[in-house]
Amino acid sequence: MALKFEKLEEGKYLLDVCGYVCPHPQIYCKKSLEKMNEGDVIDVIFDNPSSGETIIQMCDGQGHEVLEKKKEGGKLIYTIKKG
Amino acid sequence: MEKRNQIWSFIITGVLILISFLYYSVNEYYMYLVVYIWFGYAYGMMLQYGRFCFASASRDLFAAGVPRMAVGILIALVFFSLIQAALAATDMTTFHPAPFGIHMLISGVIFGIGMVLAGGCASGSLYKIGEGNATSILAVVFGLCLGQAIFVNIGGPFLKLVPQSWIDSANAKTWIPAEKISSWFDYYLTGYVWDQPQFTVAKLIFGGRPTTMDYFIGNALINAIIPSLILLVVIYFFFSRKGFIKKRAKEKGKLGLGDELKGIWAMITASKRTSLMGILVGAVAGLHILVIKGMQLRFAMGVSTPGTRDANNFGQLLTRMGHAADVTVKGTVFDPGYWYITSQEGQVGAWLLERLGFNMHDNMFFGYVNGIPELWRNPALWMSLGIIFGAMVMARLSNEFKFKLPKGELIVWGISGGLLMGIGSRPSLGCNIGAFFIRAAGGDPNGWVYGTGMVVGAFIGVKFFNWWSERKMAKEMEAF
Repeated sequence: MALKFEKLEEGKYLLDVCGYVCPHPQIYCKKSLEKMNEGDVIDVIFDNPSSGETIIQMCDGQGHEVLEKKKEGGKLIYTIKKG
Repeated sequence: MEKRNQIWSFIITGVLILISFLYYSVNEYYMYLVVYIWFGYAYGMMLQYGRFCFASASRDLFAAGVPRMAVGILIALVFFSLIQAALAATDMTTFHPAPFGIHMLISGVIFGIGMVLAGGCASGSLYKIGEGNATSILAVVFGLCLGQAIFVNIGGPFLKLVPQSWIDSANAKTWIPAEKISSWFDYYLTGYVWDQPQFTVAKLIFGGRPTTMDYFIGNALINAIIPSLILLVVIYFFFSRKGFIKKRAKEKGKLGLGDELKGIWAMITASKRTSLMGILVGAVAGLHILVIKGMQLRFAMGVSTPGTRDANNFGQLLTRMGHAADVTVKGTVFDPGYWYITSQEGQVGAWLLERLGFNMHDNMFFGYVNGIPELWRNPALWMSLGIIFGAMVMARLSNEFKFKLPKGELIVWGISGGLLMGIGSRPSLGCNIGAFFIRAAGGDPNGWVYGTGMVVGAFIGVKFFNWWSERKMAKEMEAF
């Protein structure tokens, strides 16, 4: 378990918070979005189901767009575009 | 749904059914305990499905600006308060208010910090164990079980901190066996807390014997529904309105009061699974009280056993079945009669410590009030286990079960958060469920005092995690 926040290319980021439980995934997701520019896209990978509901509402309230929600095994991958 | 998860769900449920039949076959009185198993199971399913965690209510508001859980809890409170008022009005309730005072606020602050650090409240930690989250196991085992048990049993140098007024008041209660007053918590309980007033709003306003309507006005409307509605409006204005109004103004132009009401409704329905579970949790918690009361009537538990003061307690049934060692000197065990989390976990801690050679019966908490029954005869403990297994079944049915071992910092947060939750649930005689949810919905203003403390504690916890995560993010971004 280790926090991973990477810039993959210009405008494309990755946040991996697998292993983390509440409230870390949602806090790191919020902080990552704060560091990005409008229109940038991030893949958030986490495995704490309770955080998913909060991340979706946070994006909705702050004007970010959840482009895709995937489930791979026990991992959840949300692709979010900063609004 | 994965076949393996489906099979596990059947196995867990099947084993619980088998256990229930086994209890019944031993003695009909154990049906009282079986009721706790299945209400726990129902709570676990609902909590997991709705991601219903009291820690997330204030924490996610402050950390992420998300009102989902706060809204869910307030909805649950409104429904639960109406059912509690109906039960109180018909003398079918097991609820009793707690001693009122500043201790509730202090206790709530400590608990609030703990629940943010641990990543879940007392009930939330149980349902997260059901999801396979081992950080929550640390919080429950080291904090709620062992931490709590040690906290109520500490004497020695801590006795020097006890005010003389508590000692005098405790010593004046001559009906209490003197040898049971040995820890600082014993003096706190007998010399301070038991001297504080206990009341519900209905009794405070309308006096000794309120009418049916008085219960609905005092306990439900004034103590639960009006504060909940005010809080919903406040949460809307501070956390939800800006985004909604911005979108709405783009679509419509000029906005009025109707749009604000639509905004509040949009906030309530934003997370349907949480809000729906709010309604269900409130209704089931009410039904739980009714069923336990029904069992107490069926088994004629309404009369105190000679030499004791407490009627309607499972200790009576244990004594009738010949398990006198399970109960306290006055014949009782911890038997809340409704949804409750922490005391039974403290009993598990005490049970373990006794097996390691410590005497945990020489205090008020275990020796006089709650007892240390064998784990398989502990009714409230079965409720906690029911929550874990109910949540496990729900998590498996939705392919969300994953065993996660805690590593690194999570071990520290889990244990320290759990300890703070254990400490923060004792002076208040309850946690986010027993001290906040049940009391706020039952007409006891203590619920809101404790809830305020929880919110303040959560704010402090979030401030700490914000600082911590900012530091870690800065390190990650060095590579950019």
